[in-house]
Amino acid sequence: MSDLSQAAAEALRLIVGGDPKLLDIVLLSLRVSLTAVVFACVVGLPLGATVAVSRFPGRRTVVVVLNAFMGLPPVVVGLLVYLLLSRAGPLGAMGLLFTPTAMVIAQAILITPIIAALSRQVVEDAWAEYRDQLRSLGERRFGAVMTMLWDLRFSLVIIVLAGFGRAAAEVGAVMIVGGNIDGVTRVMTTAIALETSKGDLPLALGLGIVLLTIVLALNAAADIVKDTAQRRYG
Amino acid sequence: MTSAMRAPRSLLPLRLDDVVFAIGVRRVIDRVSLTLEAGRRTVIVGPNGAGKSVLLRLCHGLLQPTSGTIAWNALELPGEPRRQAMVFQLPVLLRRSALANIVYALAVARVRTEHREARAREALRKVGLDPLATHPARVLSGGEQQRVALARAWALNPEVLFLDEPTANLDPGATHEIERVIGAMHAAGTKIVLVTHNLGQARRLGDEILFMHQGRLLERASADRFFKQPASPEAAQFLEGELPW
Repeated sequence: MSDLSQAAAEALRLIVGGDPKLLDIVLLSLRVSLTAVVFACVVGLPLGATVAVSRFPGRRTVVVVLNAFMGLPPVVVGLLVYLLLSRAGPLGAMGLLFTPTAMVIAQAILITPIIAALSRQVVEDAWAEYRDQLRSLGERRFGAVMTMLWDLRFSLVIIVLAGFGRAAAEVGAVMIVGGNIDGVTRVMTTAIALETSKGDLPLALGLGIVLLTIVLALNAAADIVKDTAQRRYG
Repeated sequence: MTSAMRAPRSLLPLRLDDVVFAIGVRRVIDRVSLTLEAGRRTVIVGPNGAGKSVLLRLCHGLLQPTSGTIAWNALELPGEPRRQAMVFQLPVLLRRSALANIVYALAVARVRTEHREARAREALRKVGLDPLATHPARVLSGGEQQRVALARAWALNPEVLFLDEPTANLDPGATHEIERVIGAMHAAGTKIVLVTHNLGQARRLGDEILFMHQGRLLERASADRFFKQPASPEAAQFLEGELPW
């Protein structure tokens, strides 16, 4: 117990004191995960909305696959990206392995299905209400997809956050493709895993507190935005 | 008018020939043949489940007939701006201002950007909602939302306006306002095709009445004649407020 309270006190001192090492790790984590979220949204939101408003052969299979891929194990994604980017792999010449870019790729692959599958569900539920009206106005598929995404923006914020939470919290994929190199590819989750195994509990705990705080703060902010926006726009 | 500005071929008349719409083995629309001409306000009445709304959706192209043909006088090509509009029982407005909702519809109809806002404001003025132009559309009252939906349709200058029970959820005051706008659109040259189960409304707005029953078009008559002397026993029963089994 005293171990825990000691570690907690030390962790708080690191956070409040703005420990540069801790700060670097936090900033890299945010950079990697936020970039991955941006790419996952650019692909996942239109993909989910397009499936939602379209009818085509094999659609149910696509929906099942998207839903199943929400549960992709991070280590498996890490392994696949590793194989792609390793020297002998098809993209090996680009020299991306063990760089933040590799981590962005792995996390984006991990969360794109989450964002696509959840937005597919949200858009499809609303589509029942919008379909006849938009078709009556003469809207085509691409326009309908964009209109739906914009009109449901407050509901989709939660999905984007779920994606970010998953990206920021996973450890397996970034560990494999980033390598947890000090000062280069070390992020919060890989640092926590390492420091814990080394016995440096204050740094691990401090990072854990920061990680939780970021996720909590983001969700609180999103909730406030969603709430005020919904009251304003209905 | 110069020859370069020659008016396109009129959309009307609309011809339905032996149209069937079936869900499974049940014929929701059963061999309806009908021609809708420009001008007169056509009101479709009938009990619940008669197929009124389905007929309207078939005409507007939201449903495809199981068999039979539905043909406009002028071909509507996919991707071209629509020359017909529809107002639904529950207005579907986007999460943006009333004005932006109409601007959006004009954008879909490929109206030039610089003309959109003026046209949208003019349409809102015509339904008496210009003071609420910048209000978010979805938080307006039900009657106001329906008027925005009508303004959106009006802004598009459609040749034909389909209305599916537009006042079913509204109080008498809002209903009156909606009926005024429908009358004004008709006066401005738009063909009105209205579905209602409100006989008072059918009397007020109808020049001619189509009576539907169990998916079939049983009667077509001028409003005067239909209400005085319905030809079919089902219509007579419907007018008396009985349930025709």
